[in-house]
Amino acid sequence: MTMKKPALLFLFLILVQTLHGQDDLLAELEKQDSVENHYTFATFKGSHIINGQSVETRRKGELEFIFSHRFGLINGGAYTLWGLDESVTRLGLEYGLTDRFGVGVGRTSVDKTFDGYVRYKALRQKDNGVPVTITAMGTITYKTSPNEDDDPVVASQLTAQDRVAYVAQLMIARKFNTKLSFQLNPIYVHRNTVDQDVENNDDFALGFAGRYKITRSIALSAEYTLRLNEKENQPPGYERYDAVGFGIDIETGGHVFQLIFTNTLGMFERYTVTETFHNFFDGDIHFGFNISRSFQIAGKK
Amino acid sequence: MKKYLFWLLLLVATLNTSAQKYVLENGVIIFFSEAAIENIKAENVKTGSMLNTQTGDLAFSVPIREFQFEKKLMQEHFNEKYLESEKFPKSTFTGKMTGFDNTVKGIQQVKAGGKLTIHGVTTAVEISGTAEVQSNKIILKSKFMVKLADYNIKIPQLMWQNIAEQVEVTVDFTYKPQ
Repeated sequence: MTMKKPALLFLFLILVQTLHGQDDLLAELEKQDSVENHYTFATFKGSHIINGQSVETRRKGELEFIFSHRFGLINGGAYTLWGLDESVTRLGLEYGLTDRFGVGVGRTSVDKTFDGYVRYKALRQKDNGVPVTITAMGTITYKTSPNEDDDPVVASQLTAQDRVAYVAQLMIARKFNTKLSFQLNPIYVHRNTVDQDVENNDDFALGFAGRYKITRSIALSAEYTLRLNEKENQPPGYERYDAVGFGIDIETGGHVFQLIFTNTLGMFERYTVTETFHNFFDGDIHFGFNISRSFQIAGKK
Repeated sequence: MKKYLFWLLLLVATLNTSAQKYVLENGVIIFFSEAAIENIKAENVKTGSMLNTQTGDLAFSVPIREFQFEKKLMQEHFNEKYLESEKFPKSTFTGKMTGFDNTVKGIQQVKAGGKLTIHGVTTAVEISGTAEVQSNKIILKSKFMVKLADYNIKIPQLMWQNIAEQVEVTVDFTYKPQ
């Protein structure tokens, strides 16, 4: 009797051993795997969410060409073909010096403004651990309008310094799941020269933005820029409003198309934050789009 | 009671010696897609694999996020839209290798039959390849086609010229004893 028990046990163990086999090997393999902890990717599709910036930076060696358009007011009606008669544009380029650090330039027809910026992704969200991605951005804009032909008197009074504005901002974003991302965006705008009766030199705003993917290539987005130190009781013609935007992102390969409805013509922060003079909730809405195209021009292995 | 212990010890000893397990020393998986507009290639060196030469059991596990593309935007799309690696972080294979003789030196033809899981879809496959025994190392090589539709990987119509319907997968694994 005493011999039988171990023999049974032996048989049983052999059986267990054979039964396991392949699955065991995979289980063993999974155990060896180092803990997977990747950086979150594709929090937003584009470098811009709507009018504002996103946490996304270009990857190393990638050049993005971004072409933005804002038409006139939709409530201009059939006479202006719902705003399509007028349009303003921004042409921009952004280049990734590293995966986290990028530089960009742009030129917008509004006030014939040039902008240049640097963008650095300081913190990256991880699958486990770091909960948010934080990108810092600094921008200088230079307004070339009016020039001497447009308005000789004003132009002669403006120095180069007067035409400059600075923007510093942080983008703090979290991708909650594959579909939903949200971003907070504190913005500081400094304009060197303003009409101090009706404007501030320094303006602060807090941007809120979100996107929700409805298919793997199409997403809906919304953006609200809350001004924090607006001047009260502005005289007629100087009322300013918070910039609001809704958009649809469509991505195909290297392109991102963003169709936009917004109350601002600003495609740079100085304008979006301090010079949005249409009220979204009065129906003063512009249709527009951003189209971006990425090229990998360097950094190939 | 002493006999018990003896049997158990013997058992443990047998199990240990009989387990001829090999682990991956270095392994490369390359996928290559040939299409009208552009050829796409990606390489993954973070694969894990184990081979039991006694039983022929073979398993490997491929972290999808570790496929490196030349164009990083393409890599992002590959992960986000096609392989959906946030939902399906790994591809795995479990199966048995047949036709392998540990004692034969040089290159021999082998087959591996089993279950291949990509993008959360598991199919039964048989993959042909070669095995080579080199002193105490074993080298497995294979090249096979994966049809994207079999694994429910959808290519948008706009992109059909850029991405082939089936991609060529090249496996080059060098194993060492565990």
